[in-house]
Parts: sequence; structure tokens; C-alpha cells
Amino acid sequence: MDTTKVAKTNATTAATAQKPNRAGAVAGWADERLGLATAMKKNLRKVFPDHWSFMLGEIALWSFVVLLLTGVFLTLWFTPSMGEVQYNGSYDQLRGIHMSEAYASSLRLSFDVRGGLLMRQMHHWAAMLFVASMMVHLLRVWFTGAYRKPRELNWVIGCLLLILGTLEGFTGYSLPDDLLSGTGIRAADGFVKATPVVGTYMSFFMFGGEFPGESIIPRLYIVHVLLIPGLLLALIGAHMLLLVYHKHTQWPGPGRTEKNVVGFPMLPVYAAKAGGFFFIVFGVTALMGALLTINPVWKYGPYDPSKVTAGSQPDWYMGWPDGALRIMPGLETHIWGITISWNVMLPILILPVVMFTILLLLPFLDAWITGDKRDHHLLERPRNAPTRTALMVALMTMYGLFWIAGGNDIIAIKLHASINQITYFLRVAVFVGPVIAFVVTRRWCISLQRKDNDTLLHGYETGIIMRSAEGGYTERHLPLPASRAYSMAARDRDPVLDGHDVDEVDANGIPAPTGGRLAALRHRLRTVWYADNVQKPTPAELEEGHHHAEHEHELQAPVEGHAADGHQFDGHHLVEDEHLRSH
Amino acid sequence: MRLLNRSAGRLSRHRRGPLAGLAVVLLGLLLTGGLYTVFSPAQAGSAASSEEQIAQGRQLFLVSCSFCHGQNGEGMRTQEGDGDQTQLGPSLVGVGAAAVDFQVSTGRMPMARPGAQAPRKPETFSEDEVAALAAYVASLGPGPAIPDESDYSIDGLSDEERQQAITNGGQIFLTNCTACHNFEGSGGAMPRGGYAPQIRGVEPRFIYEALLTGPQNMPNFSNGNLSPDEKRDVIAYLGSLEDMPDYGGFGLGGLGPVPEGLAAWVLGIGSLVGAAVWIAAHTTRSTKKKVDA
Amino acid sequence: MTESHDHAHELVNVPDDAVVNDLYANPGIPEHQWRPTDVDPKAEKRAERQVAALFGLSALCTILLLVSYFVFDIGDDPDVVGGLGASNLFLGLSLAGALLFLGIGIIQWARKLMADHEIVEDRHPAASSTEDREATIAALNAGLEESGIGRRPLVRNSLLGAVGLLGLPAVVLLRDLGPTPNQVKNSGDYPGAGIEHTLWKKGMRVVRDVVGTPIRPGDLEIGDLVNAEPEAIFNGGADGEPLEGVALQIGKSKGAVVVVRMEPDEITPGKGRENWSVDGIVCYSKICTHVGCPISLYERTTHHLLCPCHQSTFDLADSAKVVFGPAARPLPQLPLEVDDEGYLVASDAFDEPVGPSFWERG
Repeated sequence: MDTTKVAKTNATTAATAQKPNRAGAVAGWADERLGLATAMKKNLRKVFPDHWSFMLGEIALWSFVVLLLTGVFLTLWFTPSMGEVQYNGSYDQLRGIHMSEAYASSLRLSFDVRGGLLMRQMHHWAAMLFVASMMVHLLRVWFTGAYRKPRELNWVIGCLLLILGTLEGFTGYSLPDDLLSGTGIRAADGFVKATPVVGTYMSFFMFGGEFPGESIIPRLYIVHVLLIPGLLLALIGAHMLLLVYHKHTQWPGPGRTEKNVVGFPMLPVYAAKAGGFFFIVFGVTALMGALLTINPVWKYGPYDPSKVTAGSQPDWYMGWPDGALRIMPGLETHIWGITISWNVMLPILILPVVMFTILLLLPFLDAWITGDKRDHHLLERPRNAPTRTALMVALMTMYGLFWIAGGNDIIAIKLHASINQITYFLRVAVFVGPVIAFVVTRRWCISLQRKDNDTLLHGYETGIIMRSAEGGYTERHLPLPASRAYSMAARDRDPVLDGHDVDEVDANGIPAPTGGRLAALRHRLRTVWYADNVQKPTPAELEEGHHHAEHEHELQAPVEGHAADGHQFDGHHLVEDEHLRSH
Repeated sequence: MRLLNRSAGRLSRHRRGPLAGLAVVLLGLLLTGGLYTVFSPAQAGSAASSEEQIAQGRQLFLVSCSFCHGQNGEGMRTQEGDGDQTQLGPSLVGVGAAAVDFQVSTGRMPMARPGAQAPRKPETFSEDEVAALAAYVASLGPGPAIPDESDYSIDGLSDEERQQAITNGGQIFLTNCTACHNFEGSGGAMPRGGYAPQIRGVEPRFIYEALLTGPQNMPNFSNGNLSPDEKRDVIAYLGSLEDMPDYGGFGLGGLGPVPEGLAAWVLGIGSLVGAAVWIAAHTTRSTKKKVDA
Repeated sequence: MTESHDHAHELVNVPDDAVVNDLYANPGIPEHQWRPTDVDPKAEKRAERQVAALFGLSALCTILLLVSYFVFDIGDDPDVVGGLGASNLFLGLSLAGALLFLGIGIIQWARKLMADHEIVEDRHPAASSTEDREATIAALNAGLEESGIGRRPLVRNSLLGAVGLLGLPAVVLLRDLGPTPNQVKNSGDYPGAGIEHTLWKKGMRVVRDVVGTPIRPGDLEIGDLVNAEPEAIFNGGADGEPLEGVALQIGKSKGAVVVVRMEPDEITPGKGRENWSVDGIVCYSKICTHVGCPISLYERTTHHLLCPCHQSTFDLADSAKVVFGPAARPLPQLPLEVDDEGYLVASDAFDEPVGPSFWERG
């Protein structure tokens, strides 16, 4: 306890550590009332490691803030009502047309409120960026192994944020009640109705009767502006708290270990960089809102259940289930007076749930297969976990192919292809593509591991060609600088699997669950997980490699008369004061 | 704000500017003159040369069209069986001058190769030749004539009527056209590699003719289906879209959420990841040591 | 610069340094290299001016933003620059400028002028110390023990039951979100109520959408497509008024149809549907049987109708059977005939529910 602040007298002045400066005075005033100093003393100078890929989640955070700000602006004018009105605003092409109040107020925001269109467009762009940056962030976390113990729960929270963000986007997309949003809700009604047993009831409860009714927009509105944002806010808070509590992961490197974190302090450097990044995210959103039309609701016209437009698509984050829906063959079972719509259920009700469940469970799956119960704070390069990397690339490939399916009509007209052929191709590709991607990525990673080993053993390629006395040519290899060699070699060796460790103690001293089919499965998966991985050189191999390199160096040195080791030109050194040869 | 083009091309309900009246008069004079020069020679010679024109058209037809449409425009089927796949060229009896004018003036005919889709390309025939071909085909059987500008122009209407026409046209467009041609006429995909072409920026005459004759795979919107006034209104709406400023910035091709998503990823995420790289990048280092450090 | 903390417990459950790297010893943090702005007062001044200039530009943009707000008109007579709406463009650009310059300035400040010594902080295990954990578990156990929850299963189980039951109101209270399908069907609140019904009934005229005019077979040529509605949309309200509001939307969402005319001999009539067409004119529901998008992408030569949402394709010459895509059922067909005045009417209602499948559909 900081005893300097304990009052020692009964004097009327409060006890203070010393004469504070102005910032200190404010902090002191606050602390006397809130007692924040204890919590803040560590956190103000909390260390955050610096790497561009650690800032991807920040894009999501800041675009969420932009969403809150622009969203509040929009609520001041938007009327979430499906009451029918006759439009009488500034947009000529629709004057006199009957439409819902929601759509009329969206037009009002776009044409009769200064800055309203900008805020609408910024809100929509920020929403696209919010979900996109969450996904980019998720990929970074997976590919670097940052989700491992103790951070699995933060991965789960992140996945929940992704789901909620997607739902939030969909509800927002539906609010303006233009032709596209209405078509989206109509399709959603079809999805709900395809639910076994209770589908029709759920649809009637959702819409307050038959589609479209007059309740869905007010209901979606409150979900969009209160329910989901509240949950998002709470989960983002938890996500950040855990981040601070766990401290950020870092790349291995000189001075960086599992037991420390090296970087810049929160105050001032990180606060400035993060704060500055907020303004950049905000600014990019504003730039996009200024220059790029998004969802021109006035051209779509008000929703009318008998109208539709070519290119009816959801926003990109709903594109992949929509794509699955497009390429699904038309299967339906009619039996015992009931209808089971596999063609809707499988792609839109089951597939997304399965995919998100897999996503949520990935860290636990990894831990179960590898049996690794240790904490990890140092990141792994994607190549050093080939199966992990390949697994996500396979999932990404599947996602990407579904995505392509979701835009098959636009692709067809832009590439002069046939939607039928694209669809047939994708029906196969969504299954074959991920497998190919998995195999290719895995082999690619393993090749990169091999290359790393070569570099460690024989040094890096200098680009200097040496001609030997016999007339042969070789490229000069030189040892890595110590710091790079350290970073490259800073990785775990994979546990040795001899095929008999099912009932034994594994490499980390954890006894494997004894017997049973589950244990056998785990063993098989484990074998696949590590199969063919290239291990870094053993100390003996390294010794031999270096010895070999030195020997070569010695052979060459007399020829040149000077230790022209080539370091001068490798880009790792300054060359100002060095001479290739001294005469 | 002199530089700004206030109400550029926008359908204004308030044509009250002092210069507006003058501009309208001038425009009217110009149009009248222009129309006169375009139509007067043709009209003067049309009665006399009608037979001649049909003969000329037949010559052109035999050279360029008869291979698929038959010597007398009766259509052609390939040897094996019948059905859609074997149709080389449909019968042109009764398709009328409008169909010829549309197909040939937009360069769709003669086709490079037979097929359901006839892409627009640079036209092969001159205006006179098209007129001759049209006259010949029209002589094969009664069919829709080439529409006159008065059929699809809203110039003759009062402001209020124009407003009415555009609003009405918008509803008809959204009901009958957007399903294939997209909400702002950017076009869309059809089965088996077909597509509904972009209709934004297409000459009003061709749109009218296309509605009237249903070229290739497009359904008809004959006058009994969609009245001439309704066709005019659709064209007026399309024109108003054309004249409308892009209120929210550049349009991304007017294709809906797909290009928007692409822009979010490529431009948005691309630039923000770029910014992240810049923020985290190490600044230049000096070889010097700090003096007081 | 290592900042040391007093830890109650050590971080033990992490790979050791020697496990992470058994080839090289950790060389430690490299010596700090100074930036030009650290060692060269001129460079430092330059950076300072640069940052201040960026902030200045930001302020300028904010002023431009305020000016743009008042200068550029929107609404009836909007200002246009280069074909773009001037208000949106300038408000957006100046806002973007104000924010981007501010952001870039702050980051430049951090990159060039703020101290950039790397700091080392020790990690702590996420888990609490053994003592803390034991104390907590002891407290927890004491609490559980004193409550007697383990010893009194009657209390525990009745509590669990009561709380579990409380979950029911959370669901049941939502019951009035909407009527059940049967309630809607029996209510007759509006014409054509109920998921199995539409506005169509025997004798209902087929009228053009938007304008509401009836259609004579002679109006249509081969290859014509009409997007049509039941006449009740335009006269089905009270006193023959057009439907409006919810009734209109629901009416359209189930009643919309497409009418096409083809050569009569091209039609392959379905069983029992031989007299459902009039002179080659057939009429089908416009609502896709997949998830309910309205479809009217018609190819006159193939008679195929395509859905723009998920590309289901139906053959209108052959009872609207599915020829491609995810839909599983043909579009319901509306039987047509001609009334006394020569207009197309439905000779009966749809013989099955229109739109997407649902469980009870059969």
C-alpha cells in the first residue's frame, strides 16, 4: 500500500503525496472520490506490443464507435413504422406514391436533412467494415495461435461478437423498408417457415400475423438500436477487459519471452496510436460516405411484395449463407401430410449454426487434439503450425466459394458466364475446394519450414556468386544476424509421436485419457495434426551446419586476401565505412 | 456558387428562372429545326421511292439476312427435328419495321453467330439501309411501325404531366422491368449464360421498340399489354434516372450489394490495414547517439 | 528498463525459454536506436511543425465542413458538382479531412516525437495464486455448507423447479406477438386471410399491376408478359375502394401473378389442367416456392421463369415445373377463363398455398 497518501494529521487539508502539477491535481481530485489510482497505477503505463496485425481488432472497435455515433444521428429522424403514408418530400420520382413511414423517413433523411445522406452512408459503410474487420481480426488470431490458453474464452466472446454483428447488420439492412430490405425480410420469412414443426407459428409471431404485417419493422428497430447494441457493448467490454487482464500476445524475438511483454506504454504512445487510428477509421468511413453511393434506397423504391430487382443480394456478410441457398439442389420431403424443406433448412438454418459452432469450438478442438495445457503468450508463425493454418485456409476457401455462389448472377454478367454452370461448378467445388486448399496450404507451410531450416543451418542467400578455382559457381550463404536467427528458431518442437502413446503420458507430462474410441480418435487426429511437420534443427545439426559454413569461409578467405564476407551488401548492415577490399 | 450547376438535369417543379423561358423557346426552335431537317427529305421522297426502297431492302436482305431468316423472311430451321435449339432464324413475317430498326440499328443483327443472345455491337448498316430493310420486312406482313419521337417524348407535356409521367413510369418500371434489368437498368443475369442488357443510356427509340417487339428472349410488352403512354412513362423515368445526380457519390456500377461489399473489403479494409501497417512501422533510425543520453 | 512487479506467484505453466528456443540463448532487447528527431534538434522542430500543420489542416477542414453545411442546398433544388450531390460530397470530404488529418497528426506525434523506448512488463498467470484459490474455494464451500444446499435436497430441488418454471413465462408472455395461423384464417379481418388462401376466387378478374386495368385475351400477343394482380387489390376494400395498408401488402404478397401468352401448342398442360389456359395464355403465382421472392424474369423463347434471388427456374410451358435451382415445387397455376365481358378471370382459386413451403403444408 502506498503509505504516502495516508493522512497523518487531522489538519483540514487532505494528505497529498507532494505538490502535484495540473494533471496531478485533477487526478488527485478524482482519486479522492473514486479511488481510481490503485487500478490505474499499472494500467496507465501498461505495455502493448507493436505490430500491424495487432491493430486489426481496433478497426472493428472503432467502426463500432462510428456506428454508435452515426446511428444516434439517424434515430433522430427515422420513424420505425409501417404505417402507410403518401410521400410528399423532395424526391420527385416518388412523389405521391404510397409507402411506409419507415421508407418515407429514410428518404427524408437522404434528401431533406443536411448531412443525413452522409450519415446514412457512413453508417452503412461502417457496418460493412465492422463485420469485415472482425473477420480479419479473427483470422489473425487463429493463424498466429493467439487463441490458445489462457485466451480461449476471449475467442468465444469474439465469435459471439461476430454473430451478433452479423445479426445487427441484417436487422439494419431491413429497416429502411426499400425494395431490397423488404425482399430480404421476405426471404427471412421463407427461412423461418421452413423450420420444422413451429415454422409457421414463428413466422406469424414474428410478423404479428401474415407476412409482411405491420409489426416487423418496429420490432427489428428495437432489436437493432437497443437489444443487440447493448449485448455488443457488453461483450466488447468483456473482450477488452480480458485483453488487458491477459496482456497482449507478442511475437518471439530478442528480449521477448513467454514471461514478459515488450512494447510501448499505454500512455502516451499506445493511447496516441490507438486514438489516432480511431480518427483514421472515422475519416475513411467519412471518405467512403462522401464518395461512394451505398444502398441508394430512392432508386429501389418502397417495398412492394410484387416487385423485385435483378441482383437482389444481402450485404456481403450474409452473402455466404445466401450462396449456400443458391447452390443447394431443390430437395423437399412430403410425407405424412408434412413438408420438410431441406432446400431451405440445410443451407440457411443448419449450415450457419454448424459453421459457427465449429468456429466457437476450434480452440478447444486444438487443445484436445494437441493435448497442450500450457499457457501461451508467444505467437507462432502460420507456417510453424501447418495443420492449424491449413484448417483455417480450408474453412476460408469454403466460405469464399459460398460467397462466390452468393454473387453468382453478378459474376455471370461480368464474366459472361452462365449462372447454371457456375452453380453446377460450385456444388462440387464447395466440397472439393477446401480439401485441395487444405493439402496445398499444409505442404506449402511445410516447405516454408524447410526453407527456414536451410536458412538456420546454412545461412541466408547473399546473392553473391563465387567462382571456385575449378570454375564451378556457388552462391555465397552467410549466417543470419543473431537476433533474426533467434526469432526464427524460437519455436516449440512438436511432441514426438511414436504410435504407442495412446494410454501413456504425452510430451507435456499429461496422461492421455485411457482407452476408448475417443482416445483412439484423438490419437489419430494428433498424428494427422503433426504429420510431416519439419522440426527445427537439433543443436547438433546446427553445430555441424555452422562448422561447415565456417570451413567454407576459411577456404574462401585467402583467395580474396581480405575477409570480404559479403555482409557489406546484404542489406542488414550500413556500408558507409566499410570497404570491400583494402589495398 | 456560380460554378455550381444548380438543379442540373433535375426535374424541377419550379421552372421560374428568368432565363428558363428563353431557354425553352430556343430549345424548342432548335428541336423543330432539327426534326424538320431529319424528316423532311425522307417524307418528300418516301411516297415515290417506297417501292424502290422495298426493292433495295430486299437486295440487302438477300445478302445479309436470308441465310438465317430465309429467302422470303419465312424463318429457317435446321434439318434435324424442331424445337428451340434448332431454330436458326425466326420468321420475320409480321415482326414489323420496329423490330428491324431495333435489331439492325443497335448492331444486334446481323448476328455473328446464331444464338439466344444477340449482343449490341457497332451497326453494320447505314440509316438509309436500315430504313430500306425495315420497309422490306414491313412489307412481308403487318407489324409495329418504327415509333415516332412524339410517341416516347414527354416534351409536349406540362410540368405537372411530366411529373405524373415520371412517377407513374417509375412504378411500371419497378414492376415490369427491374426484375431482369435491375433497379437502375444496369442489366442482370438470365439462365444459361443469357443476360438482360444494360438499358441505362440506351436511346429512347430503341427502348420503345424493344418493349413493342420483345427482341430475342425478352417478353413483349405490346400495346395491348402496356399502353403507349405507359411505355412513354417508363422511358421518361429512365431519362430522369439518367439526368439525376448521384446524390451519394459514385455509383459502383449500380449493381447492388455485391460491388458494395467488394468496395468495403478492397477500399475500406485495404486502406485501414494499410494504415495499421503504417502506424506500427518503425520510423527511420539514426546512426547517431543522443548527446545527452 | 525492466519494470519489476512484486508477484504473489510465478508464471510457471508456460513453455520455458529453453523449450521455446533450444538453439540460441535469448540475446535480449537490442540496444535502443535513436530516431533523427531524437538526436537532431532541426529534425525535431520539423516534426513538431509537421504535426502542428496537420492539426491546422484538420481545423481548416472542420471550418469547411461548417461552411458546406450552410452553403450547399439539398431537397427540391440540390446543388450538384460534377454529377454528384454537392452537399453530401463536401460535407463528407471535409469531415474526412478533419478526421484524417487529426488522426495522422496524432500518430505522427507518437511516431516521431513521443519517447519510443520499449518497455518490458512481466506477465502474471491468468490463474489466481494457489492461496487465493484455496481461500476462495474454502469460502465457497463454507457458504454452500452454511446454506445447506447439499444437505437439503428438498429445498434445493424445489428451488430449481421454481426457477426453472420461471423460464416459461419468458416464452409464454410472448404468445401475443401474433395470432396463430388458424386464428388468422378464421378471423376474416381482410380478404384472403390465412396462409392457405389468397385473394383469388372464381370469377376474380386478372388485372394489370400498378394500373389495375382488366385484360382481354386479344390484348396480348405471343410472347407477352403481364405482371398482374387480382382485381380485389384495386376494389376489394370497403365500398369497392382499393385495398390499403396491411391488407394491401398481404394481398399482394400472396396474390401477385404472371400472365404469359405463348403458342397454344407449346403448352404441355398438366393433368386436369387442360382447360386452365385461354388461347395460349397461362397464369402462375409470381411468388417463388423457394423462399418467396416475386419472380418475373421471363424468357419468351424457352418459356422459363427465373428467380433473381436464388435462381430457381420454372418452365411455364410445362406446369411451371422446376428446371433448375433450389426450389422444390412448381409454381401454383391459376386456372383462367374469360368472363361475359371478355376479360380474363380466374376460373377458380389456387388449388394449393402459394409461396414458400411450410411444415403443415402437406
